[in-house]
Amino acid sequence: MTDTARTIALFAGVALLIILTGVFQSWNAALIILNMGLISAVMSLGVNLQWGFAGLFNVGIMGFVALGGLATVLVSMPPVPEAWQAGGPRVLMGLGLGAATIALAAVIFRRMAAGRLRMVVLLAILVAGFILYRNVFDGGVQAVEAIDPASTGYLGGLGLPVLLAWPVGGLIAAGAAWLIGKTALGLRSDYLAIATLGIAEIVIAVMKNEDWLARGVKNVNGLPRPVPYEVDLQASTSFVERAASFGFDPVTASTLYVKLIYGALFAVVLVVILILSQKALNSPWGRMMRAIRDNETAARAMGKNVTARHLQVFVLGSAICGIAGAMMTTLDGQLTPGTYQPLRFTFLVWVMVIVGGSGNNYGAVLGGFLIWFLWVQVEPMGQLLMSGITSGMSDGPLKAHLLDSVAHMRLFTMGLVLLLVLRFSPRGLLPER
Amino acid sequence: MDLLNALAALANFVLIPAMTYGSQLALGALGVTLIYGILRFSNFAHGDTMAFGAMVTILLTWAMQAVGISFGPLPTALLALPFGILICAAFVLVTDRVVYRFYRVQKAKPVVLVIVSMGVMFIMNGLVRIVIGPDDQRFADGERFIISARDFKEMTGLDEGLAFKTTQGITILTAVIVVILLFWFLNRTRTGKSMRAYSDNEDLALLSGINPERVVMVTWLIVAALATIAGVLYGLDKSFKPFTYFQLLLPVFASAIVGGLGSPLGAIAGGFVIAFSEVTITYAWKKVLVYAMPETLEPSGLVQLLGTDYKFAVSFVILVVVLLFRPTGLFAGKSV
Repeated sequence: MTDTARTIALFAGVALLIILTGVFQSWNAALIILNMGLISAVMSLGVNLQWGFAGLFNVGIMGFVALGGLATVLVSMPPVPEAWQAGGPRVLMGLGLGAATIALAAVIFRRMAAGRLRMVVLLAILVAGFILYRNVFDGGVQAVEAIDPASTGYLGGLGLPVLLAWPVGGLIAAGAAWLIGKTALGLRSDYLAIATLGIAEIVIAVMKNEDWLARGVKNVNGLPRPVPYEVDLQASTSFVERAASFGFDPVTASTLYVKLIYGALFAVVLVVILILSQKALNSPWGRMMRAIRDNETAARAMGKNVTARHLQVFVLGSAICGIAGAMMTTLDGQLTPGTYQPLRFTFLVWVMVIVGGSGNNYGAVLGGFLIWFLWVQVEPMGQLLMSGITSGMSDGPLKAHLLDSVAHMRLFTMGLVLLLVLRFSPRGLLPER
Repeated sequence: MDLLNALAALANFVLIPAMTYGSQLALGALGVTLIYGILRFSNFAHGDTMAFGAMVTILLTWAMQAVGISFGPLPTALLALPFGILICAAFVLVTDRVVYRFYRVQKAKPVVLVIVSMGVMFIMNGLVRIVIGPDDQRFADGERFIISARDFKEMTGLDEGLAFKTTQGITILTAVIVVILLFWFLNRTRTGKSMRAYSDNEDLALLSGINPERVVMVTWLIVAALATIAGVLYGLDKSFKPFTYFQLLLPVFASAIVGGLGSPLGAIAGGFVIAFSEVTITYAWKKVLVYAMPETLEPSGLVQLLGTDYKFAVSFVILVVVLLFRPTGLFAGKSV
């Protein structure tokens, strides 16, 4: 079978799985899987850019996805004028002071000759800057968080259309990636992995604790939507009539309609990023990246600036993850920092890329859909299996425990899938050409 | 008197907790560093190995408690620990046979093994959650305190109490014993020496007739023991929750890297560096400073440099700073 035929066959297989979900469960369930599958595919394209093209081992995906989600709040929520009045400028000034301290310390470090004097000056600047920063910043934060903490208690966003949050999410993630890349990319692969793992945890910790920014664990609910609300559709007579002409009741029709629009928006993003990645892969730039990946020393000897290229691809891949994160938060309609977990948002995306086939963009997309489908469907399948196993048992703690444990079957299954693919098809379902 | 009170508060809130946490991290980091030195990859499943070992021990502890076996004033978990280690070791050896050996024979690149360990991490994490559930489990029993805060106040007449929990004492003592045994094994026994030789230079070790499969097997046995002990001690001291153990991966790796991957001595030093920094930076110093400083200089705020939720940031910053200035860690580690 040729490569193209294999690609088409596998994609058709995944499409069939989703259609079967529609037939046997419900079309709503199928569309939910499809929409999150589209988002997962975008994420795994981002990871594929870093790992498949350039061999960068980034396990901080969760951080960039969360930053994209943060962008959704910062762009689309209406600003809170009282909070801005109470402490907005002070918070910003505090952050500015903090950044200025670090910048000054960096300049001193570069300019002054190494020695004891430099250490003393550096320490003095850092300590003084820290005290100044905390004094300015803390007061502002308290003032902002005191404004109606039950419903706001944060600075709010810019009140712009939510679709704008997607590119902005990419930009914020790219900015963070640039900062991280500048410090951590010189490290060896294992060290880079642990460093990115740490960064992701820090991003989540910031989002959980800095209430003035996006309400922390109090969550931001009711994000604006790029699509109409179901209740409005059900109230519109023209929509109800059109739904009836297709033989749908208004409630089902409206939910399906909304999900279809979301799906179309996500599909546009996915196709654009896929085309760009494909162009990049087959360009001189893509060949250079793979050359660097396969033999860094040789590429360096050929005059390629390996560190700069690594930084570039790290920023690009993280930006794609940020876009996906913004899309996901838009779909959810709320930002819940407490739900970001590395297994789900970092390692699962890695499973998608490895199973799909790293270095092959179509593979990454396929992996995104397939693994997401499994992630969702393992639970009902496990439930079916477990209720079969326990049907003969008498009610008791053991039976209850076994039925409860089904919820955790998906982690086990993902590990099994990953190990099986690595063993029997190490280059993934759609290997790199 | 005030200075003594300050010292008591410092010991109570900073020194003892940091010593305990440092011992737990050091034991975890020793496991990571041994795998890195002998098998030459970063084992992402280590946090979940700790969780698995601790889980088995907890189940055995419950069984012992149910039939009425107890260890007097000490936690029953210590009686269950050896059996926990055995079961965990068996599981880890089976994993090696079924999963890792294939790639070792192929001489796969280290990064492939890291990805494989990600798969093992998923499986172990899922198993632990299936068997014991994702919730908090407490299994500490026996005497709670060696010295309780009230006893200390009565004994010394100070205003400030100093509590020394049994679990803290056990943690520090066990860690010392385990480390002494490990170093004796690595430096004095034939098998230990062959392990170090294998770690230093694989080809040379093979030429001198060292059986690599045996070295790998012994390594996994030691790692399973270290992980189970670290996991049980952490669970006794705090509580057992699968997700917390997964998150321990970061400080444990930070300890191993800060000390220098592949260097056992470094892993211990790294563990204490990370633990002491985390505790001192996230502790609210007001209490200690109020005692230690003259009245006019007393601080008004909490004097907490960072909220406790930012403890990951501490491990991370130390990791990056050490790597920028000493790329192989404090005790020159190795790089694959």
